[in-house]
Amino acid sequence: MRGKIKAAIIGPGNIGTDLLLKAARSEWIEPVWMVGVVADSPGLARAQEMGLKTTADGVDGMLPTLKEDGVQICFDATSAYVHAENSRKVTEQGAVMIDLTPAAIGPFCVPPVNLAESVAAKSMNVNMVTCGGQATIPMVAAVSRVQAVNYAEIVATVSSKSAGPGTRKNIDEFTRTTASGIEQVGNAAQGKAIIIINPAEPPLMMRDTIHCLTEDPPDEAAIRESVQRMIADVQQYVPGYTLKNGPVFEDRRVSIYMEVEGLGDFLPKYAGNLDIMTAAALRTAEMYAEQILSGKFIPSAA
Amino acid sequence: MDISGRKITLHDMCLRDGMHAKRHQISVDEMLTVARAMDDAGMPMIEVTHGDGLGGASVNYGFPANSDEEYLSAVCKAMKNTRVSALLLPGIGTVDHLKMAVDCGIASIRVATHCTEADVSEQHITMASRITGLDTVGFLMMAHMISGEELLEQLKLMEAYGANCVYITDSAGYMLPDDVTERVALARAELHPETELGFHGHHNMAMGIANSLAAVEAGANRIDGSLAGLGAGAGNTPLEVFIAVCERMGVETGVDLFKAMDIAEDLVVPMMDHLVRIDRDALTLGFAGVYSSFLLFAKRSAEKYNLSSRDILVELGRRRTVGGQEDMIEDLALDMARARGTA
Repeated sequence: MRGKIKAAIIGPGNIGTDLLLKAARSEWIEPVWMVGVVADSPGLARAQEMGLKTTADGVDGMLPTLKEDGVQICFDATSAYVHAENSRKVTEQGAVMIDLTPAAIGPFCVPPVNLAESVAAKSMNVNMVTCGGQATIPMVAAVSRVQAVNYAEIVATVSSKSAGPGTRKNIDEFTRTTASGIEQVGNAAQGKAIIIINPAEPPLMMRDTIHCLTEDPPDEAAIRESVQRMIADVQQYVPGYTLKNGPVFEDRRVSIYMEVEGLGDFLPKYAGNLDIMTAAALRTAEMYAEQILSGKFIPSAA
Repeated sequence: MDISGRKITLHDMCLRDGMHAKRHQISVDEMLTVARAMDDAGMPMIEVTHGDGLGGASVNYGFPANSDEEYLSAVCKAMKNTRVSALLLPGIGTVDHLKMAVDCGIASIRVATHCTEADVSEQHITMASRITGLDTVGFLMMAHMISGEELLEQLKLMEAYGANCVYITDSAGYMLPDDVTERVALARAELHPETELGFHGHHNMAMGIANSLAAVEAGANRIDGSLAGLGAGAGNTPLEVFIAVCERMGVETGVDLFKAMDIAEDLVVPMMDHLVRIDRDALTLGFAGVYSSFLLFAKRSAEKYNLSSRDILVELGRRRTVGGQEDMIEDLALDMARARGTA
């Protein structure tokens, strides 16, 4: 039996813990480290119970033994503010960094659209855009692979309970990073992102609307087929990724209405926005692991 | 009610909230004509932006006739005394838009969030409050959805981020005067005395004037409205009417009543695409507690999918939708049409 690639999760909060539960089931990844900054954090305690090594001294607490422990992939589930520093430290030690923050210092990765390319590029830092980006960019790409998209706009509506303090403190990062992801990965000439936070109880499921304005009149049949195919690709790692309505065609507007239900590993099912991030990050890591295990990629310090 | 001797600041919404009723198609020339007339009438403040604030230009809310930058730079330059504000909804607009608006010459920025989500405004309010001379306002929308105590917590957050004025906003035109009194009085008692307090009403239940008076009595000193009521839903508090009532009650606004009436009648009403009034759908907004700018979207979806716009609005209220969820309307209409077997 082939081995697994050892991984570290930085940030034992909701996202990090959900990622841990998913990674623990992976056939390619073995989580061995959980890195935090608060000694009595419940996330660190849970990771310890699951047999991981833990530290409350941040990345510095793991660095001395990172190589010895065989860590080749790290996930950063902290914040954009500290990501650059975390990334520098672990990539210097030869581990690939998968960035779940909106820092976006590495190339964007949206698995069903450009995962293969991202891995082939052997970048030591790869960024997962934003939750809204993961949920919507596949649909922009589904339209743009059929025909030119002049403008794509997404509206992500998330429940108040699933919008963490990081997102709230820097909501502009969300709109900017998502808009660039729509352009760079979704391949729309111009991108725009809107996020709405709704406090209704019970919390609403993540909803996403994708509007594309095509250059030429939309090829309805081809777009319908492409959208269905892309949804099936996303469903491989987020089974609750569902087309609610559309594609609606009106002149050159193509509108797609999605709902994203999470797996409910650690985060509640309505928080599909967070689930799609952790699932996409894990999928990215698994692809890297496959490359590493087959000898096609040897991560090393630049 | 005795409010005589009070001095209040009026803020006209024709060129921002009115954009909703005009599908964001007001021209720069129309804006200049209205704004100059308001300046001449002594209107202390006017708001100029896409209906959904800076960066609102979108498929979701509608593309405007001109950009925010074009509107703001034209109007700001033309004003002698009237101060121009812009609206910004975090999640739609960013600090980049805010900087652009400041460069255009705005005197006031109003940062708006849903009433429970004030913490998303921290970066915008903090940045604005550090710009010398920029009036920085926190604006809590759909304020009918939570209690006075809950609202106070959120207003305090905005005050702590650096807002020198905070607003209680009845985006759905749902509140009755007692609702306003309770919320404004509590906020006035608990916020710093130097923090200004405002009320923004919608006229969907014909409570614009009554609610604004209740707000003034309870301690608000800034009141939003629009001449001829040009605004989302059944419009904002009709400002020329409010000015007349203020004069009768001895409240000082500094605006020339007859000039205000003339602007309403001669300039604003002729601009309207439809008569902004309490029609069946606008009344439904107020009754069901729905964000006022949903009005025209619901009418359009109702027409397209052969549904009742009132049914759509009632359902949007039941689902507790918030401002900005315009995308929900077509989605919901498709669901309703499918349920009826006509999609």
